[in-house]
Amino acid sequence: MSNENITKESVVIRFAGDSGDGMQLTGTQFTNTAALFGNDLSTFPDFPAEIRAPLGTTAGVSGFQIHFGSNKINTPGDECDVLVVMNAAALKVNIKQLKKGGTIIVNTDGFDNKNLRLANIADEDNPLENGSLDWYDVKKIDVTKITRATLSESGLSTKEIDRSKNMFVLGLIYWMYNRDMGLTEEFIKSKFKKKETIADANIKLLRAGYNYGETTETFNSRYSVEKAQMAPGVYRGIMGNQALAYGLIAASHQAELPIFLGTYPITPASDILHELSKYKNFGVRTFQAEDEIAGICAAIGAAYGGSIGITTSSGPGIALKTEAIGLATMLELPLVIVNVQRGGPSTGLPTKTEQADLLQALYGRNGECPVVVIAASTPSDCFYQAFEAVRISLQHMIPVILLSDGYIANGAEPWKFPQTSDLPKINIEFAKSITDGSKYMPYSRDEKLTRPWAVPGTAGLEHRIGGLEKQNITGNISYDPENHEFMTNLRAEKVAKVADYIGNQTIDQGAESGELLILGWGSTYGAIKTAVNQLLEEGYSVSHSHLKYINPMPHNLGDLLKNYKKVLIPEMNSGQLIKIIRDKYLIDAQGLNKVQGMPFNTIEIISKVKELLK
Amino acid sequence: MNAIIDQTAPKLSPKDFASDQDVRWCPGCGDYSILKQVQTVMPDLGRKKEEFVFISGIGCSSRFPYYMDTFGMHSIHGRATAIATGLKASRPELSVWIITGDGDSLSIGGNHFIHLLRRNLDVNILLFNNQIYGLTKGQYSPTSEEGKITKSTPYGSIDHPFNPAALSLGADATFVARSMDRDPKHLQNVIRKGYDHKGTSLIEIYQNCNVFNDGAFEIFTEKSSKKLETLMVEDGQPLLFGENNDKGIILDGFKPKVVDLNNGFSANDLWIHDETDQVKGNILARFFDDPSKEGHLPRPFGVFYRQNRPTYEDGLNAQIQYTIDTYGKGDLDKLIAGKETWTIQ
Repeated sequence: MSNENITKESVVIRFAGDSGDGMQLTGTQFTNTAALFGNDLSTFPDFPAEIRAPLGTTAGVSGFQIHFGSNKINTPGDECDVLVVMNAAALKVNIKQLKKGGTIIVNTDGFDNKNLRLANIADEDNPLENGSLDWYDVKKIDVTKITRATLSESGLSTKEIDRSKNMFVLGLIYWMYNRDMGLTEEFIKSKFKKKETIADANIKLLRAGYNYGETTETFNSRYSVEKAQMAPGVYRGIMGNQALAYGLIAASHQAELPIFLGTYPITPASDILHELSKYKNFGVRTFQAEDEIAGICAAIGAAYGGSIGITTSSGPGIALKTEAIGLATMLELPLVIVNVQRGGPSTGLPTKTEQADLLQALYGRNGECPVVVIAASTPSDCFYQAFEAVRISLQHMIPVILLSDGYIANGAEPWKFPQTSDLPKINIEFAKSITDGSKYMPYSRDEKLTRPWAVPGTAGLEHRIGGLEKQNITGNISYDPENHEFMTNLRAEKVAKVADYIGNQTIDQGAESGELLILGWGSTYGAIKTAVNQLLEEGYSVSHSHLKYINPMPHNLGDLLKNYKKVLIPEMNSGQLIKIIRDKYLIDAQGLNKVQGMPFNTIEIISKVKELLK
Repeated sequence: MNAIIDQTAPKLSPKDFASDQDVRWCPGCGDYSILKQVQTVMPDLGRKKEEFVFISGIGCSSRFPYYMDTFGMHSIHGRATAIATGLKASRPELSVWIITGDGDSLSIGGNHFIHLLRRNLDVNILLFNNQIYGLTKGQYSPTSEEGKITKSTPYGSIDHPFNPAALSLGADATFVARSMDRDPKHLQNVIRKGYDHKGTSLIEIYQNCNVFNDGAFEIFTEKSSKKLETLMVEDGQPLLFGENNDKGIILDGFKPKVVDLNNGFSANDLWIHDETDQVKGNILARFFDDPSKEGHLPRPFGVFYRQNRPTYEDGLNAQIQYTIDTYGKGDLDKLIAGKETWTIQ
């Protein structure tokens, strides 16, 4: 049979099923295939906090959303065009994400009485039968039954067979979007290298899904999404945590100093540890400590010894590290603290995203303890900001907090990656040995107000440092009242001086002046960019500027903000950056706040702008 | 231990290890003696001064690094062990010393303390045990005896105390020893042995706080009672004590018993100390009786147990070498490009 082929500019697909249904793998495979084809894309995994929540319940639903297109894609998409659901719970949790009129591909076996009961749906309310899905184009397929029939002679157990049903769905989606299955087939072969039966079964099922689309009359149309017009170059797919780990290694390479990561596992930051622990041949030392405090303290010890000291965590772990961040500030040693933010407070929403640790990063320590704070805005930007965090910490002998969040940490996008030759060198010199018997001054300073990095083992530099207040230059303990004020100001000035080395704030999109500027920071970048793009097309006077450096802020930021009649600051918190901006620049900025553990939808930003410009 | 003895270097003296800072412990504090013994031992270790690093936490004892003319860090409460771990793991050639107290290492820093011991980095811990909080002016500590009246326990402490030696063995420490501030020779000797041990050396030092807990260890340190109340253990030697070395310890099954050498027992019948015997080391560490009780065992001093076990830093650095040998030195361009790339023309 022949199907109508429709070309679309972009499509959003959401795969949803039980935690054990393999939805993350299905989504990742589709993503890799789309990327290799040449689409621009953005993804968003949405998984439960429990590793194996009770089967079939709404608590155990795992989702993966991909937005791919022939145009520029900046977000995983507000609503999806196609929703794949493996059971009733997955439908219940995700139906509100589906566009009216969108397509639902349903595994009907996941809607039996047992599954309905597990999803807390009364038998008589079965959504496949009660008309509640009349708005949508529902494709009912008994995936489980077809899977078992396809693999009946495979020699695998029913349990093993059922586990591969996601491959049928993936094959079907590949057919729908005219995709080549070669990449996934290669992946299966390599994954099950030693289990040929399983590899064969998965490939058979993948093809069965594809052929199902081809031969049955379930679908009237297939879709094509052409290659995107992307800047020429070599690309790869990248996730935020992975990019962050690579950025740290790249900085270590360019500084010619080894990394020491002292850390403790925590969602959603653990993947940075997993990545870095693989690359010991880059001289990377990873230390999984007994707790968050030991993680940062070990990193401080290594920094004292001349390594790049790094600790990675999320909000609750950062809370435990605060005293040690204060110590590093007093010791004036380089240290990188990565906070992959999640929903808080306390344990909060471990697998969800939020930007609510900004004030913690800026102020969450005893005493006056300013540190440098920078933020990454997209998965690939995690690479550059990690590099920058290391550069600043080493060149200014100062702790730097790098903020990422769960959304970009687990999100993926195509990345036109740099070559080593594109990256700047990070020039670092340790203090040199003193042989003439003169006394070493550990708190003497250069024009950046930076003290020398004097590592143990260097003759003549024997000195003591510590958390007690000290005299400038000599580093001796001092309880002198005026000295304390002097040193407090000096530490603040040292942070402020970093602004001389970071360049000016720029406008990402829109005019240099006008009615409204959207000032964003962190992972809201994609949603703001897409919104502003659309608003500009509609003729609105709106611009977008995105902050990377939050402390210190670029010198020109105040002047830049004053070029607009209104300033809007969207944040995934109750209004944190806005407090700083209002306080620092005395402007009447407006907030747009979302604290749902979910990123902004483009439409939410567009609506707010239209309301402000009415 | 990383004994890279430089024969050409001029021999240092204890004075070379004294910094220019005024020592500010209370007059009469046991810390003075410990400082002196450490400064005395240092020149004999045959290393360059710049290779020594002293890291402390918070408390009276933790002022120690300021008085040593070496590299040093006075860090935060309880965390010296963790900081030292990062330093030693990344700079294994340094000689790293942790200065801590009973509050610093066993209360707030208890977690890092036990984990350092199990990881077995080649560092030395000098645990100044005065059984009291001195810097905060006199609260009970995790080693204070039950019933102790302090500022925070006006009706007596109801906490059961830690026995640091037994705790350390429980955490699989590879070197556990005890000494005291009032016995300079013994302390120097134990410090030397701790330095010579490759692995974490835990040296508990009974230290008198003459302001808040004066005389806590008097019965072990005063001439009049020392011989009867202490058991100075030496590798390969029988467990002898008493005014004229006329008492000894025998093992009756797993039960230690005091016997009288004037009464039918000879030195040959006694328990011979073997520093490498883990079972006996554990029993010895459990000699922790209240000396005021009838029939109590004497308190042992010396090296209770030592064991050769690979150090954490050697394991870590071996893995780095292994990956370089196996996969070659990291190629940044290859890493960043990954396995799957595509080209947009």
